Amino acid sequence: MATFKIKRYNPEKQAEPYFEDFDLDIPDGATLLDCINLIKWTQDGSLTYRMSCRSAICGSCAVKANGHAVLACQKQAVSLVKDGAVQIEPLGNMKPIKDLVVDFAPFWDKINKVKPYLQTEDTPPQKERTQSPEEFRLIDDTSTCIMCGACYSDCNVLEVDDNFLGPAALAKAQRFVGDSRDSKTLERVTELSEPGGIWDCTHCGECVERCPKPAEPFYRIKEIMTVALEQGVHNNNGARHALSFTKSIKHSGRLNENMIPVESMGYFNFKGLIELIPIGLRMLLKRKIPPIIHKSIDDVQDVKRIFKELDQ
Amino acid sequence: MRAAIEVSKELDVALLTKVYPSRSHSGAAQGGIAAALGNSESDSWEEHMYDTVKGGDFLNDQDAVEEYVKSAPRIIYELEHMGCVFSRTPEGKIAQRSFGGHSKPRACFSADRTGHAILHALHEQLMKQSKTIKIYNEWYMHSLITEGNRCNGVVVSDIRTGAVEVMHAKAVIFCTGGYGRVFKITTNAFASTADGVMAAFDAGVPMEDPEFVQFHPSGLYRQGILFSEAARGEGGYLLNGKGERFMEKYAPSRMELAPRDIVARAEQSEIDEGRGVNGEDYIHLDLRHLGEARIMERLPQIRQLGIDFISVDCVKDPLPIQPTAHYSMGGIPTNKFGQVIVDGEGTKMEGFFAAGECACVSVHGANRLGTNSLLDATVFGERSGKSALEYAKTVDFAKVNEGREKTKVLKLFEDIFQRDGTESYNQIRDEMKVEMMKNCGVFRDDEKLKVCIDNIKKLQSRFKNGKVTDKGKLFNTEIYEIIELGNMLRVAEIIAVAALARNESRGGHYRTDFPKRDDVDFLKHTLVHGSEEGLELKYKPVVITKHQPAERTY
Ligand code: SF4
Ligand code: SF4
Ligand code: FES
Repeated sequence: MATFKIKRYNPEKQAEPYFEDFDLDIPDGATLLDCINLIKWTQDGSLTYRMSCRSAICGSCAVKANGHAVLACQKQAVSLVKDGAVQIEPLGNMKPIKDLVVDFAPFWDKINKVKPYLQTEDTPPQKERTQSPEEFRLIDDTSTCIMCGACYSDCNVLEVDDNFLGPAALAKAQRFVGDSRDSKTLERVTELSEPGGIWDCTHCGECVERCPKPAEPFYRIKEIMTVALEQGVHNNNGARHALSFTKSIKHSGRLNENMIPVESMGYFNFKGLIELIPIGLRMLLKRKIPPIIHKSIDDVQDVKRIFKELDQ
Repeated sequence: MRAAIEVSKELDVALLTKVYPSRSHSGAAQGGIAAALGNSESDSWEEHMYDTVKGGDFLNDQDAVEEYVKSAPRIIYELEHMGCVFSRTPEGKIAQRSFGGHSKPRACFSADRTGHAILHALHEQLMKQSKTIKIYNEWYMHSLITEGNRCNGVVVSDIRTGAVEVMHAKAVIFCTGGYGRVFKITTNAFASTADGVMAAFDAGVPMEDPEFVQFHPSGLYRQGILFSEAARGEGGYLLNGKGERFMEKYAPSRMELAPRDIVARAEQSEIDEGRGVNGEDYIHLDLRHLGEARIMERLPQIRQLGIDFISVDCVKDPLPIQPTAHYSMGGIPTNKFGQVIVDGEGTKMEGFFAAGECACVSVHGANRLGTNSLLDATVFGERSGKSALEYAKTVDFAKVNEGREKTKVLKLFEDIFQRDGTESYNQIRDEMKVEMMKNCGVFRDDEKLKVCIDNIKKLQSRFKNGKVTDKGKLFNTEIYEIIELGNMLRVAEIIAVAALARNESRGGHYRTDFPKRDDVDFLKHTLVHGSEEGLELKYKPVVITKHQPAERTY
């Protein structure tokens, strides 16, 4: 027997969300989605959530379990139970509509912003465009994205900065930046280097941990960065980088420490720059970076305000 | 989506989905999409056609099959030009692999997520065409608006708000998928519930060949979720409880790569005769000899599914599998242009088109070959889009009595909300699924089917006495599940009635009391019509052009 503590919300009935406990014997091999279905079908038909394929391919069923985004149909329920309970909430960084259903409109708006389609100038050949297996491999991982929003939910930057395109849109962008058939690479990386783009990511790696597929956005962001630097897209926003310390705080209310080593290394040392990233990430995955770095400061709004006032 | 892209070349389109376009079940197709490109071995459309017709046990309409396989290479190249991601040969061409029932390696693929790659490539085009294609996410389609033999739109509701609306349209295209959800063990998504076919049925369109349901040989034990046939295409073995490659007995020349109906029956026989693994209801799919490198390159998703869903790593251990309801060969009758046809004489329902699994052209006949469904969805998506476009350009919007159309749907909602019965819809759904699996599944006979029809009818009346918990308007998924269940209970009966009348075994339909194919009496398509007195069965001839029915051995 396990207790599912599910966050309930129905503005038709009550303005504030609350937690409701459901007790359930978890059947052998049941996924979290199986359990939520059982609760809906045998205990409370009004429990509301999205699902369809139940085989981790449609991207409908992402929710937060014990504070982290997961695909409900992909997780064995037993593995989530801690001290006899599991806490289920809607995805973060999106507005709840009812119970576990959130509003995906901003998520899709951002996907749309990265021109998520192949752009070519030549007229296509009679048969297929050729692409080597190595070139295919560059877009293999990104093309596994199922648009589930798990990464978007748990991205730290999105918590404080609505303008950030976010991990899923940037992973989708890499799908085309990395595609040997696309002819707009330079335009793409230039646009992606604007505020709200790749350089606003704090490299926390959260999206890699949450992604249920090999899409793993942060690695894709890193790949775009490499291409951007290779393509010489750094002069136009160099000033912005130089100011990164204050700007980062004004923008998001906290310090993007990854920019500091970047600055001390200089922008033309591409190799050195890119090298920094995996080290940072490895440290993070091993939890070696002091937590303070990427935790958002509680009173983000206050910090932002202070900086704005200082400006004036 | 393929249809919408076609129409958007000249006209505005509303694309309505009860999920999101990127969440459609085509995304779950894993292994490939067939086309005689000849990228790894010489191949031709003629061979593709013969394989398809033989695979379909000669029930396919061959005029349609011919055009379908001929369009295949162009359709694939177009997808590639749109940006679809394909696995490649060393020279950079689209890679192709072997698949059950195909005599040549002609499955183009994107690792083991080909459907997903195509779905997203098409979705990308929708986003590109956002000026002419308006997407209605999470809207449910309730009914067709028809006047005589002309279709003028649909009645829909917004799942998020519960608001019922009328959508006027010069032309309507259904791409509403299959109905595998009526079976207990199925690969299908929760969304695959027969909404489209039943809306058409209610508008007087018969259902063609409903008895032909494909059972896929490799569904994950108990869950039914799909392990691609690509696993066998890449060289996987099927082993019974004694560790024997039992396909030797059933299809000695094609072995594991025989068509799905044959492999699924072989598995079920092994299980029924007590040779399942540990005497249980499953057998093994063994990939270990392929080695980790090949599995990771060609079948990475399958490996992950095994690990996530049953903690079996196919690199180290065999996967437990069983037959699982997978694909509906039958559906809304259309001609080879995607135009819906309402009888055996070729009468059109003007302005109404259908494509993909919900439609029955019929290119698949009595059994569909693997990798032919993605091809069906894209070829006939394009064709129905073209037909709808041409038609819509020639007509004006018809007058629609909005009030009357809306009232019908509002009444349905009200009726369900007001039921204060004692029955649990969940219980009814479970019983239906068990019933269909047991008595209308891989092996059928007269007695089983009669019991099945009886029991489904009982469930239909119990359904009227159900109880709803959520009476709100906001994102009420419960009410939609109930409406879907209503549709499924009706389609279940249609399947069983058609199966009972077909006293032969052909493709996906197997009668233990009539184990032979009977071309004298049953080389014909079933048409199930609705009528005052219940279901009425009619038949129409099969179109045979190049290939006379021959014995089907592998
Ligand atoms: S690595 Fe970047 S995109 Fe990913 S969660 Fe962290 S801040 Fe967001
Ligand atoms: S990148 Fe991963 S987590 Fe993010 S939407 Fe895609 S699949 Fe989901
Ligand atoms: S239900 Fe489709 S991803 Fe979980």
